[in-house]
Amino acid sequence: MRRIYLDYAATTPTHPEVVKAMLPYFTDAFGNASSIYSYGREARGAVEEARTKVAELIGARSEEIIFTGGGTEADNYALKGVAYANERKGNHIITTSIEHRAVLEVCKFLESRGFKVTYLPVDEYGLVTPDDVKRAITDKTILISVMHANNEVGTIEPVEEICKIAREAGVYFHTDAVQTVGHIPVNVDELKVDLLAISGHKFYGPNGVGVLYVRKGTKLVSFMHGGGQERKCRAGTENVPAIVGLGKAVELVGQEMGKEAERQAYLRDKLIKGLLEKIDHIRVNGHPTKRLPNNVNVIVDFVEGESLLLSLDSEGICASTGSACGMASPEPSHVLLALGVPPEQAHGSLRFTLGRENTETDVERVLEVLPGIVARLRAMSPLSKSQK
Amino acid sequence: MTDPWSLYNDKVMEHFRNPRNVGEMENPDGVGRVGDPICGDVMELYIKVKDGIIVDAKFKTFGCAAAIATSSMVTDMVKGKNVEEALKISNKAVVEALDGLPPAKVHCSVLAEDALKAAIEDYLGQQKLKKQT
Repeated sequence: MRRIYLDYAATTPTHPEVVKAMLPYFTDAFGNASSIYSYGREARGAVEEARTKVAELIGARSEEIIFTGGGTEADNYALKGVAYANERKGNHIITTSIEHRAVLEVCKFLESRGFKVTYLPVDEYGLVTPDDVKRAITDKTILISVMHANNEVGTIEPVEEICKIAREAGVYFHTDAVQTVGHIPVNVDELKVDLLAISGHKFYGPNGVGVLYVRKGTKLVSFMHGGGQERKCRAGTENVPAIVGLGKAVELVGQEMGKEAERQAYLRDKLIKGLLEKIDHIRVNGHPTKRLPNNVNVIVDFVEGESLLLSLDSEGICASTGSACGMASPEPSHVLLALGVPPEQAHGSLRFTLGRENTETDVERVLEVLPGIVARLRAMSPLSKSQK
Repeated sequence: MTDPWSLYNDKVMEHFRNPRNVGEMENPDGVGRVGDPICGDVMELYIKVKDGIIVDAKFKTFGCAAAIATSSMVTDMVKGKNVEEALKISNKAVVEALDGLPPAKVHCSVLAEDALKAAIEDYLGQQKLKKQT
């Protein structure tokens, strides 16, 4: 059976050219980037070349790029790094209720260490209101963290506007840009962010490597203590193959991003339109226009997400859900709940995220298969009785 | 072929894909409705009883694959049993009949046991009422 992968927001396959670029750094050019002999210099050169590529993609300077072990680490570093370096100035952090857990769980941890956190609500589309941010700022506020785009519903936040507010108040601003970098244009000077988190495997780079952009002059403590790598911010021998792979992935998305975003947005809209036409009692989550080009998130009434997912999997289609029966937490998606979706409906959410390998045929296949699956599960569901 | 990393075993998946006894029942002798849509699972179980023996059972379930598979299994297990025997069917027995569930999903099987008990209690309550009148 041909498999159709529609979960690119979870992870992406590593681009073959990325793999090719990485391979020599496992064997021939295996050196430690801190060594002064030829092997070391080769590795150092490759790391710095990757750094330049990342800096160029987001309009930063090379020295503002810190390589990390992934997006979660970058978020952890941004929040803990700023919190602990600025605790004399204040102990208040502002974030949103729809952040990724890589931000939310760090906030909870910081709360347990005496910091105060404000979790801002969002509107029905998942948008943060900049005025809410303004009102939440106190003289103790040291950091505002708002994600660039939401990973579940795809809503793109008004980060530029919020950054302006943060800057006027003299408060650092961090954004989790894991879902946007490599997919839509991101420029740190246009947004005016102080910190920005990137994950390599979300745009055809390898797993286990990410970036924290830190604007020059931002006060933050070292995240990893040891051999002083990454300008003493993140010690540990550089993961040279992964960093090289990330650099190559950045180079590739830089070339095809605009065209791909347009192509995926077309497929996204076709999928949304088709789902609304072919299935009744279904609706779209997230913002109609301020939306990632590859994100489709719907609620299918009267059915449960895991059942939908496993039925799609039986047809070779890989998607995702905000339902969580028996998983890490029994609660459905905190993002959908924050959007005001009732819990019983949040259990019926379904997310498709497109990528560079998807075609129109894939979308057509979903539209061919899903209505039957929904009908079958609804015939089984006691909740759909009143609708007949 | 068994996929060792699959969330569910083959038997559970088979019951999820081809559940037995799905649907409503006309003039059931007992109905049990348990669960809560807010928690993501609701089960309705209907039984037909003749001379103290459960001759038919059907269900409708909103929930995950474990909820659907346990609904399917419990309705199969209960058929042909007398009411007293049926009341003794535990969620553990249902899980065993399915060759096991992942630990995080065992709570879904409690729903099946509860729905069955509720349906039988509904039946017994009606019987008592009939005797009184």
